Amino acid sequence: MSIDALRRRRTARVVDAAVWGVPAITVAALAWLLADVVWHGAGQIDLAFLTTAPRSAGRAGGIAPMLVSTAIVVAIAVAVALPLAVGTAVLLVEVLPPSASAGRWIRRSLDILAGMPSIVFGLFGNLVFCTMLGMGFSLLSGGLTLACMVLPILMRAAEESLRGVPDGCRRGALALGMPRHRAITAVILPCGMPGIIDGLTLGVGRAMAETAALVFTSGYVDRMPSALTDSGRTLAVHVFDLSMNVTGGDRWAYATALVLIGLLLVTAGLLSLASRFLQRKGAHKP
Amino acid sequence: MPLRRTLVAALTAACLFPPLAGAAETAKLTVTGASTLAPLVSEIAHRFENANPGVRIDVQTGGSSRGVADVRRGIADIGMVSRVLKPDEDDLTVNIVARDGVGMIVNTANPVDPLSRDQVIGIYTGRITNWSQIGGPDRPITVVNKAEGRSTLDIFLEHVQLKPTDVKAHIVIGDNEQGVKVVAGNPWAIGYVSIGTAEYHAQAGTPVRLMALGPVVATTGNVANGTYGAARPLNLVTAKPPEGVAARFIAYSQSPAVHDLIHDQYFVPAPR
Amino acid sequence: MTSISSRRPAERLFVTGLGLCGAAASLTIVAVIGVTTVEATPALSVAGPQAFLTDDGWFPLSGRFGLMPMILGTVLVSLGGLALAGPMGIVSAVFCNHYAPAAVATAYRLLLKALAGIPSVVYGLWGLVTLVPLIAAWAPPGASLLAGILVLALMILPTVAVVADSAIQQLPPALHRGGAALGMRRHTIAFRVVVPAARSGLATALVLALGRALGETMALLMVTGNLVQYPSSLFDPVRTLAANIALEMAYAQDIHRSALFVSGLVLALLVAAALVVAEVLAPDGTRHVD
Repeated sequence: MSIDALRRRRTARVVDAAVWGVPAITVAALAWLLADVVWHGAGQIDLAFLTTAPRSAGRAGGIAPMLVSTAIVVAIAVAVALPLAVGTAVLLVEVLPPSASAGRWIRRSLDILAGMPSIVFGLFGNLVFCTMLGMGFSLLSGGLTLACMVLPILMRAAEESLRGVPDGCRRGALALGMPRHRAITAVILPCGMPGIIDGLTLGVGRAMAETAALVFTSGYVDRMPSALTDSGRTLAVHVFDLSMNVTGGDRWAYATALVLIGLLLVTAGLLSLASRFLQRKGAHKP
Repeated sequence: MPLRRTLVAALTAACLFPPLAGAAETAKLTVTGASTLAPLVSEIAHRFENANPGVRIDVQTGGSSRGVADVRRGIADIGMVSRVLKPDEDDLTVNIVARDGVGMIVNTANPVDPLSRDQVIGIYTGRITNWSQIGGPDRPITVVNKAEGRSTLDIFLEHVQLKPTDVKAHIVIGDNEQGVKVVAGNPWAIGYVSIGTAEYHAQAGTPVRLMALGPVVATTGNVANGTYGAARPLNLVTAKPPEGVAARFIAYSQSPAVHDLIHDQYFVPAPR
Repeated sequence: MTSISSRRPAERLFVTGLGLCGAAASLTIVAVIGVTTVEATPALSVAGPQAFLTDDGWFPLSGRFGLMPMILGTVLVSLGGLALAGPMGIVSAVFCNHYAPAAVATAYRLLLKALAGIPSVVYGLWGLVTLVPLIAAWAPPGASLLAGILVLALMILPTVAVVADSAIQQLPPALHRGGAALGMRRHTIAFRVVVPAARSGLATALVLALGRALGETMALLMVTGNLVQYPSSLFDPVRTLAANIALEMAYAQDIHRSALFVSGLVLALLVAAALVVAEVLAPDGTRHVD
């Protein structure tokens, strides 16, 4: 064997080791973090924890109202942001010519939005939704504020995904005589759906984890919400309050965080199943 | 048939005169302000709601300055303020609910005890940088300070007679719990936090030890009897002298009926 | 690209709807920056904009508003986090697509997505309780630029990995087959063919992650030490602009509060500057892969 071939084989081995090493490090770091949460929090979790209201500022009772509030706030955020994000992405990829400066500016504006700290969104949402639009501290204000926050993530993921749809799909649809909007809704969007769902998973994760933006909008009330105009505390806000403001609340904070992570895993799992289902259904990439 | 007619009449009446149909009163109060106070006031509100059906109290957090601003703008009925009110805030009506003492904490691995006021000043101004300078082991001191504007910072500075610009800190923190965790994780750190919080953690086995800020021993008991000076008031404020449900809620918050809740949050009921 | 045919009413309605989406999406940032500017105006007019750049130290209650150390701190923490998480995230995506057995890839993807949704405060608690004491034992005070970079890298890794993974997944399989047909080794295909072909998607992943990094608040507040100073080493504490707002907003009033909004405004400028740099450095991301 030549020296050259040996060297090449060594490079291959080093690269392979690195490629396996990175996920190993990532998994180890995460396992460490998750083990910490499980260690401190798992003991508090039982059925009652999931189905009752908190008592003693969260150091007894459960998190049922927070589960409901979280679901509602995230649902509002997704319902508002997803259509906007996908619409904008379609506009950028399918309608505007690639060189259009409007497209560039829309993309830039969303990229800047992605870098604003969540507390600024919170103060913004408080002023605009709670005060100016008169929604007060409510699930609605919180959901709308979150929608602004996750919009860039959803839009960028959708845009990237649509760009990845092969031009063959587009030409095929147009060759069949489909009007443009039919081609987009019937062919191009389904092709891009897996990427959109990946973005959605990231966005939902970000929304569920959000604290600072929600303290000032959906608020702190730990009662079971009965209307969209009610204030309601989300799981992440509850975690923050227990760990930072309630003396002796640490274990309950970890327990709530554990439930939140579990919920996310389930959501991510369901969305990835949906993505795979859609991929199989729409697997006619040329 | 007559029965049904009576029922219909009763229902109609109930719809036309809802106040007569319900309990004594229906009212909604909004309370906003200090995150330190929010868990306590939230619990008091639950108890008050149970005792007064029809009353609903929404507690929101976001900081003392938010409490003051919201009450002034009329967005909130009651504000929570975890500090002494400033001279330019004398337009507000103040009602003290509880007190919260401030004490020094070090790690239990640190043998230095006690610390004089001069030594604390030396540490916080950067004159003393190593525990060996004051009889401890040869370890650099990690000085933990609170962020600009925080009321515990004001109380601490007032007590040691320093200006904010004099302090040479290594770590700046926000809430008490963060202070406890920093000192628990660093054997050679020193900080100051709420006495109640520190007492809880010392009992719960967290490796922190409480030290006095001044000559009186730092205990919640000494804060309660007023001998321990370094303490901040936890206030409920209103724009005008409170009336109606707001007045009743404030009075309830100051009554012995909620002392157990105040102890649960590791604060001290205010002397009446 | 074909031109927009807007003859048919349905078509016109569709395009108008999309235009409205785009307008609404881009107006959001205008509204957010508008609100921030209004709130920041009192401090800017009282102290003058240059005070925020040239003042020595940050003592807003004593009229000193220097933000420079925090600007530097924000940049260092974010770039450090991105320098770790960027390559790791891209390698993670390559791993999922070209190295891992299907089941491993599925599990790893799920883990990454769940990670993206762990609240900042949990990352912060972990950093504060576990990571900072480890660093403190070695080089006190522990709460430092390094702790911030490590925690941030862990937080933004999923964003990079998930978006990069989508980008690589969407490349035509022919690319991979072509490489294989040419007798290329796996790593050559992955890093010489696939990664360059996906570069527009990878750039998106990095930009999104950088945005998240610059704006991250609670986790950094708990681990970076929040000292307003120019760090001289990785072990020195720093304060970021976002942490500054969260740390002081609760008790801030009048000019102090307004000065915190200036922090937010400066942060927006910083993000804009980062985007300009990214646009200059990154390849044009508007090409279709076919």
